[in-house]
Amino acid sequence: MNKFTEDDLKKELETKEYEYGFYTDIESDTFPVGLNEDIVRAISKKKEEPEWMTEWRLEAFRIWQAMEEPDWANVNYEKPNFQDISYYSAPNKKPKYESLDEVDPELLDTFSKLGISLDEQKKLAGVAVDVVMDSVSVATTFKETLAEKGIIFCSISEAIQKHPELVKKYIGSVVPQKDNFYAALNSAVFSDGSFCYIPKGVRCPMELSTYFRINQAGTGQFERTLVVADEGSYVSYLEGCTAPMRDENQLHAAVVELIALDDAEIKYSTVQNWYPGNAEGKGGVFNFVTKRGLCEKNAKISWTQVETGSAVTWKYPSCVLKGDHSIGEFYSIAVTNNYQQADTGTKMIHLGKNTRSTIISKGISAGKSQNSYRGLVQINSRAENARNFSQCDSLLMGNQCGAHTFPYIEAKNKTAQVEHEATTSKIGEDQIFYCNQRGIDTEKAIALIVNGFSKEVLNKLPMEFAVEAQKLLEISLEGSVG
Amino acid sequence: MSLKDKLLSSFFVFEDQVDVNNDVHKLRNEALKLFEAKGFPTKKDEAWKYTSLNSLLKEDYSIFPKKEEALEYKEVKKYFIHDIDTYTIVFVDGIYASHLSQTTHDKFHACLMSSALTKTQYKPIIDNYFNKIAPKDSSLNALNTAFSKEGAFIYIPKNVMVDKPIQILNFSTGNESALLIQPRNLVVVEENSHVQIIERHQSLTENPVLTNSVTEIFAEKRAMVDYYKIQNDKASASLIDNTFIEQQQESNCAVHTFSLGGKLTRNNLNFYQKGEYIDSTLKGVTIIEGKQHVDHNTLVHHAQPNCESHQDYKGIYDDKSVGVFNGKVYVEKVAQKINAYQSNNNILVDDKATINSKPQLEIFADDVRCSHGCTIGQLDEEALFYLKSRGIPEKEGKALLMYAFANNVLESVKIPELKKRINLLIAKKLNVDLGFDL
Repeated sequence: MNKFTEDDLKKELETKEYEYGFYTDIESDTFPVGLNEDIVRAISKKKEEPEWMTEWRLEAFRIWQAMEEPDWANVNYEKPNFQDISYYSAPNKKPKYESLDEVDPELLDTFSKLGISLDEQKKLAGVAVDVVMDSVSVATTFKETLAEKGIIFCSISEAIQKHPELVKKYIGSVVPQKDNFYAALNSAVFSDGSFCYIPKGVRCPMELSTYFRINQAGTGQFERTLVVADEGSYVSYLEGCTAPMRDENQLHAAVVELIALDDAEIKYSTVQNWYPGNAEGKGGVFNFVTKRGLCEKNAKISWTQVETGSAVTWKYPSCVLKGDHSIGEFYSIAVTNNYQQADTGTKMIHLGKNTRSTIISKGISAGKSQNSYRGLVQINSRAENARNFSQCDSLLMGNQCGAHTFPYIEAKNKTAQVEHEATTSKIGEDQIFYCNQRGIDTEKAIALIVNGFSKEVLNKLPMEFAVEAQKLLEISLEGSVG
Repeated sequence: MSLKDKLLSSFFVFEDQVDVNNDVHKLRNEALKLFEAKGFPTKKDEAWKYTSLNSLLKEDYSIFPKKEEALEYKEVKKYFIHDIDTYTIVFVDGIYASHLSQTTHDKFHACLMSSALTKTQYKPIIDNYFNKIAPKDSSLNALNTAFSKEGAFIYIPKNVMVDKPIQILNFSTGNESALLIQPRNLVVVEENSHVQIIERHQSLTENPVLTNSVTEIFAEKRAMVDYYKIQNDKASASLIDNTFIEQQQESNCAVHTFSLGGKLTRNNLNFYQKGEYIDSTLKGVTIIEGKQHVDHNTLVHHAQPNCESHQDYKGIYDDKSVGVFNGKVYVEKVAQKINAYQSNNNILVDDKATINSKPQLEIFADDVRCSHGCTIGQLDEEALFYLKSRGIPEKEGKALLMYAFANNVLESVKIPELKKRINLLIAKKLNVDLGFDL
């Protein structure tokens, strides 16, 4: 039998279609395309929102109209036509399930294809999944267990109905409507998202998790997530994404706001695997996300992300270290292949005394992709004894891709200690040779080396996610080294 | 009238002073059009994010200084590196001062841009090199090109080892209430040749001076160029230095920049590597205080395989001073086996001082070794305590540590007398009486 060579593998991978590219046929209740004040009002009405929320959305819409789409990022793409998008799509039968049996079997089938069987998750992983499919949450599990502890974990629309005082207080407090073009758009039209509130001193007993999917053709996904950890509480929040295959580009403009009050800790992990487009760079999701967390005194926010999907990614999970002694962390792996473009990084804004931040960013580029790290570390004049450590490593596979680093470092306090280092390298032939010599074939050797390269970040992921992330890394990269 | 309008309207006056029937004048006209379209850079330009020219542009500069001031050698002697023999080219208010200069036409040519632009002997060189690497889209380069008339012209033919360093000094006298000077230098070093150049801008007055200088350096095969910039000017003087270096195969170029004074200093230093096995070095020490502002903007463009580049910038910032470092390494797809290193270390001495650093990498080749590091920190308290415990007073101890911090850069200065001079300047800057000849 012929040996399965690297070229074969390469071929197989190039022709390999997106595994999760399927389309669930659930009748959707979709709005006409286009965006104007009436659409914004209609979204708000559809969701039976109170007056203040409608006004808040309209204000955002007016701000958005006056803004221009930013083009400073190191990415090239055809700008989406915002009047060509339908801004609301909800599964038609808007069910509220108490148990899994009631869920549309077709939907369950979709999840099992994704490898996220709900009951398995329920039993084995102890994860409460607030499933978001095309913008409206259709299943929430473990709600009772959480409710006992006083934890609120529900869709944001539900939160607007049931806990308006909390939503009103915190929404837009970290990412204001006027923050940037996509945040303004999201504020105006967000369809749904998750809301989470951990009361004082409560340690959330399980990992909270949301799966995002884009399902309906031509619909934008505008998620809004708000996580509030009250004094002394702890929560670990998981967010994972897969999207079915689509030919036209789809827009995803989410906003995530985290608020960690005094002594609280939030751990936010993301695995992003939106459809990246095919090998010719056709199709794929545009991922323009604004994520930001606010740390009060002694609070800690930790962002961990594994980015393997999307045609264009534009994402900077940030921490505002407002309180004294607060801590911000950012761990990221960004993998780009074929014609993917990623411009991602973080912002660490040090305002309080003795604040600390750590940035570990690993970029892996293969194929004809472009991978950029863009980060800001800002030490303000009152941030005594602020400390930052940043490390950005890039791994290049093949000579068609590019790796870029744009770190901005601004220090205005003499007691600041900032360290930044970056390296760019490729997988050494000697490393592969060594593995070969020990009986590990080239394909496995690459997986091994990439795994080692990303280990610092993978280690930060919760168990279940780490496994999935490793799998994703392998799918995205195998065979991309010639 | 804004400075831009003033410059545009005085171009007609300028045309009376130069030969308008040659190719260079075409370049001037094109450049003027570009400057007219783009104007001065503002903070909205990414490359000028941390440096504003606004405070400089409001002065009413005279663009055509009056005739040369009679400047005695003894008045300016201290600004020369006089303990070694050198060739010197001196300009006073942008005009060549022959009595202070010592130039040559013997084995090589060290003369004036004004004569190089008119003499037929130099025409092939001007045609080949003038304005060839200065980026056409930069408005400050364009402004300099539009008014290019005077500066140093250095041409070293093949296989010449220049026996002594060449000094280029620019003095401004305060003859004008505010002066804008735009020197235009061209250095061409042919195959296997070797030259060392020291450049200094010095104001002798409290009147505001703005220098917008453009220097183009061409290093042909196996050429060696050693360039030192001393920037220790008065608090009223500002400098925008644009230096562009093109290197051919196996050449070796190093630029050391010592920024120790001046109101606003902006160094645009670009290296373009056009051959294989090239070595480029960019080093700098910045020690400033008060409200001074120093901005280093570097680019190393690797276009061919097997090359190296080294960047090392150290900064010490006191009072309300502002330091900016924006270093960029660009590696093209074909430029495999590159070794690029970039390091930027900073010490903030005062709470009001600011440092903005942006070490940037853009890499399109996979088999490269590129790394950069950036730190911001303080002097090591324990080291200081150790020195104090050995009887070294705090001030001297601090100075010693700062000197050690900057030593990496100083070590590679190849002219011993210059090194000594810079040591003295640093000692003076740190307000100590240490010779550092330890």
